[in-house]
Amino acid sequence: MRTIDNAIIRFSGDSGDGMQLVGTLFSSTSAVMGNDISTFPDYPSEIRAPSGTIAGVSGFQVNIGSLPVLTPGDEPDILVAMNPAALKANLSSIKKGGVIVLNSDAFDSVGLSKAGYSENPIGTKELADYQVIEAPITTQTLEILKESSLEQKAKLRCKNFYALGIIYFMYGRDLDITINWLKTTFKDRHELFSANVSVLKAGHNFGETLEASISTFRVSKAKLEPGRYRHINGNSAVAYGLMQAAECAGLPLFLGSYPITPASEILHELSKYKQLGVKTFQAEDEISAICASIGAAYGGALAVTTTSGPGLSLKSEALGLALMMELPLVIVDVQRGGPSTGLPTKSEQSDLNLAMYGRHGEAPLVILAASSPKDCFYMAFEAARLALLHMSPVILLTDGYIANGAEAWKIPYEGEFPPIPTRLITPQEGDDPANFQSYLRDPITLSRPWAVPGMKGYEHRIGGLEKRETTGGVCYDGANHERMGMLREEKVNRISAHIPLQEIEGERSGNLLVVSWGGTYGATHLAVKQLRQEGVCVSLVHLKYLNPFPQNLEEIFKGFKKILVAEINFGQLKNILNYKYACNAIGFNVMQARPFKVSELVTAIKEHAGNNL
Amino acid sequence: MSEQQNYTRKDFASDQEVKWCPGCGDYSILASIQSVCAKLGHKKEDVCFISGIGCSSRLPYYMNTYGMHTIHGRAIAVASGLKIHNPKLSVWVATGDGDAMSIGGNHFIHAIRRNIGLKIVIFNNEIYGLTKGQYSPTSRQGLVTKSSPYGTIERPFSAAALAIGSGATFFARTIDSDPKHMQDILLRAHQHRGMAIVEVLQNCVIFNDGAHSIFTDKTLRDETTMRIEHGKAMIFGTKQNKGIRLTAGSDPNPEVVTLGEDGISSKDLLVHDERKQSTFLANLLTTFNQPTHPLPLGVFRAIERETYEECLEAQTQLIASHRKERSMQDLLLSGETWMID
Repeated sequence: MRTIDNAIIRFSGDSGDGMQLVGTLFSSTSAVMGNDISTFPDYPSEIRAPSGTIAGVSGFQVNIGSLPVLTPGDEPDILVAMNPAALKANLSSIKKGGVIVLNSDAFDSVGLSKAGYSENPIGTKELADYQVIEAPITTQTLEILKESSLEQKAKLRCKNFYALGIIYFMYGRDLDITINWLKTTFKDRHELFSANVSVLKAGHNFGETLEASISTFRVSKAKLEPGRYRHINGNSAVAYGLMQAAECAGLPLFLGSYPITPASEILHELSKYKQLGVKTFQAEDEISAICASIGAAYGGALAVTTTSGPGLSLKSEALGLALMMELPLVIVDVQRGGPSTGLPTKSEQSDLNLAMYGRHGEAPLVILAASSPKDCFYMAFEAARLALLHMSPVILLTDGYIANGAEAWKIPYEGEFPPIPTRLITPQEGDDPANFQSYLRDPITLSRPWAVPGMKGYEHRIGGLEKRETTGGVCYDGANHERMGMLREEKVNRISAHIPLQEIEGERSGNLLVVSWGGTYGATHLAVKQLRQEGVCVSLVHLKYLNPFPQNLEEIFKGFKKILVAEINFGQLKNILNYKYACNAIGFNVMQARPFKVSELVTAIKEHAGNNL
Repeated sequence: MSEQQNYTRKDFASDQEVKWCPGCGDYSILASIQSVCAKLGHKKEDVCFISGIGCSSRLPYYMNTYGMHTIHGRAIAVASGLKIHNPKLSVWVATGDGDAMSIGGNHFIHAIRRNIGLKIVIFNNEIYGLTKGQYSPTSRQGLVTKSSPYGTIERPFSAAALAIGSGATFFARTIDSDPKHMQDILLRAHQHRGMAIVEVLQNCVIFNDGAHSIFTDKTLRDETTMRIEHGKAMIFGTKQNKGIRLTAGSDPNPEVVTLGEDGISSKDLLVHDERKQSTFLANLLTTFNQPTHPLPLGVFRAIERETYEECLEAQTQLIASHRKERSMQDLLLSGETWMID
């Protein structure tokens, strides 16, 4: 048994093979056993593409470590391939010298031809660089279950647990955690419970039998901060962060949403918690979803709408209304590959321009971005805090990669979050509501007061037409319009005084500064860290506040000769930074429907650092 | 809600100068709405008017209540969110034929389907007024407008048929020239459990003047319209001697008959029943129009059905009764968690 720091495992099969499930079970077992984890589900947009084809391949990658793990990893050490298509789709990304566990039963002439293989790759030069473990997973599964009363189809569905059993053996994982899970899941279907347990154990035994010829590994417990942990993926984290914010603000949470990949899970999650005062409204379309949220915001809720790129396009006009009416509203955009329908299940960072500029008129609003699955919790909370304090719509950008990816998360303790102040009017004795003015701004934040229906004497009308300064009455005067436009912009700019200063990893000045934002943090952090260990002079700024930017950002930029902005688009942040700070930033851009690889960042950064060495 | 208030119409008039064209039917609708608001039994601070875009949609500015003037077609969506968030409010939507049935058509039908307790007043002038005169989804075929110089080739929606087809629990039609009738209908809408849709035939004096004149003209209106009332026979006419009878046979059709002719008495006539679960009668009424039939005015349909917000509240109570979590901390500590020492 070899002790290693971390292991990257990729489960891959047909989209109906249950790879997401066994990947998740492996991850949670590893986390409970004390490893740090990071996962990356990667699946096609078709629910069931033709079986056995490359288009139908669904994958789940997990990185487990005895050190903190920040990404699901570049190149898997182990591939589980349930059929030839899964092998073909993933082979090029597997680490040379890595292990491939194959379901050899699937490598028949039909399976091979569906995957486009003219000859069986097993035993050929193509697989010479890998340790191949041929496991007759299908036949073994059926053999073990020959006494079972389950139908043939149901028996075959158990074969993912055979593969899981093999991997559990290789990594010395405890089977009980999964067996307990099966017990709960199939508590009323004993036949399914016992079938899956038998198959899981059989896979484990298969590994034991081959012990001499199979690699086994030990990934020790990670030194994580002590405390109680749970799994969290980015979409659940957004849901919980919003609920935490609602609790801290003492407001009910209202979500208006329309189903869209990859954001729907936030709606699913929030729709479970009616008992905690959450109201979810599945609207008839994206526009209705945001408009209903605007109505709830006017009524005094912490109002939220969640979507992905195409939905954000549809919400543009209503976003303008929300910022004109200066109501608190959180908009979560889980970015995916665009434009148009694009790549619905793949991740990208290409909605920044839309978030920043996608409205008619001079229409600035607040933009935040979360950097990891668990950071989605804190940034959703932050989005709500800023929306409520500054009476502004706030867009939170996440992406498909961190939305679906999961991590082990230390549960924050009760009381870790301070109450969130709001601009809700709290009538004092002696107040005369007749003096109420709906656009009388706070002198510091410039935000307006929030009077909601039901408050006696504060009846007022707001709308999309231009307002008279202070009173909020309709006003067509040109000078007033210009002033109101400037006030709306200044209000957003002043938020920079209410957000943290930008942190920097590495020296505060030097030759090269790498800038990244949002969901790429794990990869950019690891790349810069690795290079710094190699002696390369490079620092990292990872942005989570995109409008307004942190107050010290310009100062940081002045300390560096060269700024390299790494992002999964064609340079949207780079252009904004150059426009705003004239900092001559250059871009490193990859837009290939996948997260950054640490290795490609290392190569690119090295190249730029080299010019200045 | 039931607290008695002594409001008058003036309590609901805002300080804003009303800026509709002189002679516009909207003035009469505004006055009726303000009068009815004084009789709702709701506190003023619990009343909200939400609108989209169009001439009709300026109405919230003229109401001294909470209100929002939103964007084109979206008033019903905004109002839905507000009502779901706070079901105690009396939420009204002022909309037009274009706002409700063209750009906002999707929200209109889905809000009806849900039976959310909104009161929707459609100002139907069969024209786009605020954009200065293009045909609308209720314009009659052949209408010459700026965007249909040779007459529109499109067929109009019937607001009644659209609403009833979408599952409306309350639909009524009234007319701007009869404030008394309009106020009765608006009050009925308020009293209805769930969504109520009131179509007001409204005259645009500039771009579609006289669109409803055959229904408002004093010498014609008794012959061209028919007041429908629950439990009463369908009778109309200057002499109140005409009625609607369903023809016998396998293909029954509503025909106009004269009382006293061929032995026809009021017993032969259709009797209006707004409370029928079946939409047969309500649908039949939506087909009545000139020149073949009198245009029905009154409540087409008013049935009892649970509202969206009632169902939501009931479900919430049920879940709260058997779920343990009472705070975020409870939630985060529930399910699979583990300790790291």
